[in-house]
Amino acid sequence: MKALLLVIVPLAGAALAALWPGNCTRPLLLPAFALVHLALTFWLFLNPPAVAPSAWLGFDPLARAVLPAVSLLFFVCAVYAVSYLRIRAERPNRVFVTMLLAILGLLSAGHQARHLSLLWIATEGVTLATVPLVHFNGTPRAFEATWKYLLVGGTGIALSLLGSFCLGYASLQGGGKGDLTFVALAAQGASLSRPWVLAAWVLLLAGYGTKMGLAPMHTWKPDVYGEAPGIVGAILAGGVTTVAFAALLRVRSVLGAAGQGAIADRTMLIIGLFSMLVAALFLLRTRNFKRMLAYSSVEHMGILSLGAALGGAGVAAALFHVWSNALSKGSLFLSAGNIRRAAGSASMDDVRGASVLTPRSAALFVTGMLAVTALPPFAPFFSELRVLRAALATGHNVATAMFLACLLFSFFGLTRVVFGIVDGRPRAAARANGRHFVESAGVIWPPLVLLGLSLWLGLFTPAILLDAWSAAVAQLFPGQ
Amino acid sequence: MERQPGVSGTLNLLIGLAMGLNLLALGSSRLPSLIRTVSVQGMVLGVMPLLLEHGRFDWAVALVALATMAGKGVLIPALLRRAMRAANIEREIEPSIGFIPSLLLGAGGTISAVALAGALPLLPEHAGSLLVPGAIASVLTGFILLIGRTKAISQVCGYLILENGIYIFGMLLIRSTPLLVESGILLDLTVGVFVIGIIVDRIQRAFDSLDTRHLTTLRE
Repeated sequence: MKALLLVIVPLAGAALAALWPGNCTRPLLLPAFALVHLALTFWLFLNPPAVAPSAWLGFDPLARAVLPAVSLLFFVCAVYAVSYLRIRAERPNRVFVTMLLAILGLLSAGHQARHLSLLWIATEGVTLATVPLVHFNGTPRAFEATWKYLLVGGTGIALSLLGSFCLGYASLQGGGKGDLTFVALAAQGASLSRPWVLAAWVLLLAGYGTKMGLAPMHTWKPDVYGEAPGIVGAILAGGVTTVAFAALLRVRSVLGAAGQGAIADRTMLIIGLFSMLVAALFLLRTRNFKRMLAYSSVEHMGILSLGAALGGAGVAAALFHVWSNALSKGSLFLSAGNIRRAAGSASMDDVRGASVLTPRSAALFVTGMLAVTALPPFAPFFSELRVLRAALATGHNVATAMFLACLLFSFFGLTRVVFGIVDGRPRAAARANGRHFVESAGVIWPPLVLLGLSLWLGLFTPAILLDAWSAAVAQLFPGQ
Repeated sequence: MERQPGVSGTLNLLIGLAMGLNLLALGSSRLPSLIRTVSVQGMVLGVMPLLLEHGRFDWAVALVALATMAGKGVLIPALLRRAMRAANIEREIEPSIGFIPSLLLGAGGTISAVALAGALPLLPEHAGSLLVPGAIASVLTGFILLIGRTKAISQVCGYLILENGIYIFGMLLIRSTPLLVESGILLDLTVGVFVIGIIVDRIQRAFDSLDTRHLTTLRE
């Protein structure tokens, strides 16, 4: 019941926001409902409920391992959104607030979905609800980004439905009675039809991989993260991609039960490394710091996919990385949003001297970049170290070497852009524009808090979280 | 489940018709005829679930049929025509993959779909049906249109055909897992968002030609 509340409360908030009359007071609904969601999530996290095996929706170990991170990120972003929408008071925010709350509800449904159809419906819902957020700025460039998001994301979501059909048909062939919960599918085990299971895996990996932004299906990401407000990027990179990753983990557990786990692991390993490579190469080229964040996100999705391919220890490391990525990347997106707003552009060619223009945001931006590139003692360092250890323990020496090389190149790429815009003297035009932007507490504290959380997670990884990640691994690999 | 040969034959005929319409869509050089082709295909698809009934009348299946015909056959084509008028664009389709190459690709895709479907085992009650090759052929046609056409509206038509392929595949599952198949209706909603996006954006501001080749500001 409480699991369902996690979905209903934000959706009720969305409905209320749609009806709320005042443009100035409406954004306050965001932190209010996000706080309720956060409290509920952490209550469930501390008192994990027993989930019936046949339940379609439940706060099961995998949801417990991931959803609190999403809820936490969303709450901090919601606080930021109040200040952000005050700055953007000239634009109506009814659709923006409504859709953000709807996304929170649908993300909760997606993370807790234990049924193939429900999972797909939630992911599809999130895709559609994101569209108006990407188009928030209403510029021709935002329209272009929205169009590409719809085209690529829509195709991805269509492929994942086709993949779900194939998995359903594999179950029918194995004598299934049409029960499409992941538990029932995994219980069918080796009786699932092999050709259909493999067809399903290819399509689902392509489909949910598009939502995650794994290369070569990542093409929507730079455009969307480049044009959407920073807060939308933070929620996409830390929340929406995670739901697709959790979906792949659930499907992967069915493949493991069907005896095709090795093939699934190999494909995830290759696609993960390829994503990291593509991201590293583009990071060395891009001149736009918001697009840079997108490629960095592609890189981290690659790390998740790589971790998931390395068996139990790797999956636990990947779940850790979900947390460290959500917190660190969120901080980076929000501080980048501040700099973008103050400087009036996101290109290295126009922006420099951010340390003079917006000293606090620039400091956060640099620290966030160091956190994301795995500087100890921030959380990404420890989660990536665990991925590395899992790779070495499973004898993936070439993959380990590639992993380290890609991390190094990404570091070069990120530092090149970040110091390019932070250092130097600001241009006169940016200086004039920057006067309108005040680094108020509302836009500085949220990224600072996220960064602090990332530091805390790295220094004092709580035992309860480690337990939650191992419990999720036990759910996904019941045999081990 | 014994299938009457007559019903299966009619179903295969309809799938064959849908595959023919795929090729027609690939060869269309004008937007109105492309939209009409997609609309007819939507109608054809709407009849399919009714043919899968074996004397029993199932409200859920009938509802899917009705929703499909209304959505794919009437509502979305009407929206597309509205968008076409709102955008006031030229009716000629400018392909980035020419019509003849698209047709050849489509024909090749259809042949390989039939070959590929042979590798996938079918349940006895689906043996001899063209559902799987029909589905794969439509998905491939959709991809060719998505990649090979430059106008936003023709890309939407490509997406619709891709989605129709998935719908055809869903016919295999409609009796056992109706919910999964019915959730596919949400894909129509995606198309709706596409088209409404075009219209809204058109109303908001002037967007010259809806030629997606102009959508190239965002790149490295």
